[in-house]
Amino acid sequence: MAEATAAALPLAGKPARSAAERQEARAGLILSLPAMVLLFVFILLPVAVVILFGFTDYELGYTGFRFVGFDNYTELFTDRTFRRSLWNTTVYAAIVAPISIFMALGLAMLIESETIGRSFFRTAYFLPVASLLVAMATVWQYLFHPTIGPINALLALGGLPRPNWLGASTSVLYSLSIIGIWQSVGFNLVLFLAGLTAIPRELYAAAHVDGARSAFDRFRLVTWPMLGPTTLFVTTISIINAVKVFETVKTLTEGGPNKASEVLLFTIYQEGFVYLKVGYASAMTVVFLAILVVLMFLQYRVQDKQVHYS
Amino acid sequence: MNASAFTLGRAVRLSILIFGAVIFLAPYVFMISTAGKAQSDIFSSSLSLIPQHWSYVANFTKALTRVSMTTLLWNGVVVCALIFVFQVMIAIPCAYAMAKLKFRAARLMMVLVMLGLLVPIHATALPLYVAFDRMAVLNSYFALVAPFTISVFGIFLFLQFFRAIPDDLIHAARLDGMSELGIIGRVIVPNAWPAITAFAIFSVVAHWNDLYWPLIVVSNQSYATPPLGLLYFRAAEAGDDYGALMAATLIITTPLVAAFLLAQKRFVEGITMTGLKG
Repeated sequence: MAEATAAALPLAGKPARSAAERQEARAGLILSLPAMVLLFVFILLPVAVVILFGFTDYELGYTGFRFVGFDNYTELFTDRTFRRSLWNTTVYAAIVAPISIFMALGLAMLIESETIGRSFFRTAYFLPVASLLVAMATVWQYLFHPTIGPINALLALGGLPRPNWLGASTSVLYSLSIIGIWQSVGFNLVLFLAGLTAIPRELYAAAHVDGARSAFDRFRLVTWPMLGPTTLFVTTISIINAVKVFETVKTLTEGGPNKASEVLLFTIYQEGFVYLKVGYASAMTVVFLAILVVLMFLQYRVQDKQVHYS
Repeated sequence: MNASAFTLGRAVRLSILIFGAVIFLAPYVFMISTAGKAQSDIFSSSLSLIPQHWSYVANFTKALTRVSMTTLLWNGVVVCALIFVFQVMIAIPCAYAMAKLKFRAARLMMVLVMLGLLVPIHATALPLYVAFDRMAVLNSYFALVAPFTISVFGIFLFLQFFRAIPDDLIHAARLDGMSELGIIGRVIVPNAWPAITAFAIFSVVAHWNDLYWPLIVVSNQSYATPPLGLLYFRAAEAGDDYGALMAATLIITTPLVAAFLLAQKRFVEGITMTGLKG
């Protein structure tokens, strides 16, 4: 950003622009033109159109549409499916994001302080990130199978109750959360490992001299504050990814049983692309986009307040 | 702390790590084991990992014949390759211009790029679907690739990286009479391989795994990408034929997992670089 500001300054005193400068400006425009055209066509324009559609009763297959003002939005907040969907997405994110962050942080610190098997552990935990989620969801469906699944077979050995994981409305969201955590820990772990490696060793020595003797003191005084920017980023991306949960729901539950796993993107998908109620689904999309904007805004706010150590 | 000493703390640490790794890898173990089990084995002994009746051939034959796996994998490769090539060809010149050239629109473009970073495909899918439907281009590589030809994230990543390339290098090239395109091709790109590899990994992982957009624009097996194809296979495989299902998941998961295992270091570097800067 600093450079962009500096670059703009000389333009204030316009008159004397040399031929070389004009040529440079023209080259800049030409080189960035394809990207800007596509950015407009595939991102800015569609977002504008989605906002516009949100105020209409447009349905695909019908010609024409009427503007209905905020009708879609008032309908949304009385729509039981949508409210259920928002609530489920919130619960899912509230489970998956914190657990996958703290689990990743814990594992990263264990791996960092271990000398053997580092790359093995990193690979093992990261493997789910590189695997096709739809495929692995199918494997989880087998693992969770109430009668022939290995998990319940194991629980039976221990004489424990055997839940109907994905099949019962009381447990389906938790089962999906387990898959979500399994899938996202590795990504966070790799980011935390990079963050940990970047902490200068001398800081730990200095903390030791200053009387930080226990492992917890070292964590509290050095590791946690130094990881601040990484943690903030991992937190934002984890929440956003959890809000975007779709693959496992579409593959395994289709929002069921009894709408117990209905989540935001799945509801948008159903309304917009199955029932083709474009206007109504657009209003939902605007809500979804608003959630993302708020999350990013919160990240920027926290980032600004954070003390910079490096 | 002596690294080689085998203290109690270290034993606890290693046990936790190993226990976790076993849990994280368990789905893969069961996938490979179940892909080789006959239907009767699957129902009788879910905890034994070695199949009693080896049925790998039967299960794989089923998986390969129900849905054309080669078409799926080929579509996956074509779509990912096209997306990546377009993304790079479009993002690199733009990022270079924004990082190294002085022109008035650059600041506005920076704002647009930051805004664009916020918008996932899920937010633009409805209007794009309506437009593609009107243009009658659904069920095509075009529909699968077009919306992703612009990667705002790519521009952002390259921009960060290009700023670190010394201006002197570019001035020297310009004095040698190189055009701006020549500079991009012969100075910028050769210096930006780490960023390009990182971006390639990010892009391929994202689009190989994406289900949302293909599900919307493709309703025809011949353009199905791997995740979508697996969904079709599941629908065709109504019962509990987990042997064939696991064989199919094994076939579909292997390419990217193999790529990851072969190029682990690059993957991790790539995720760290794209992750932390994103």
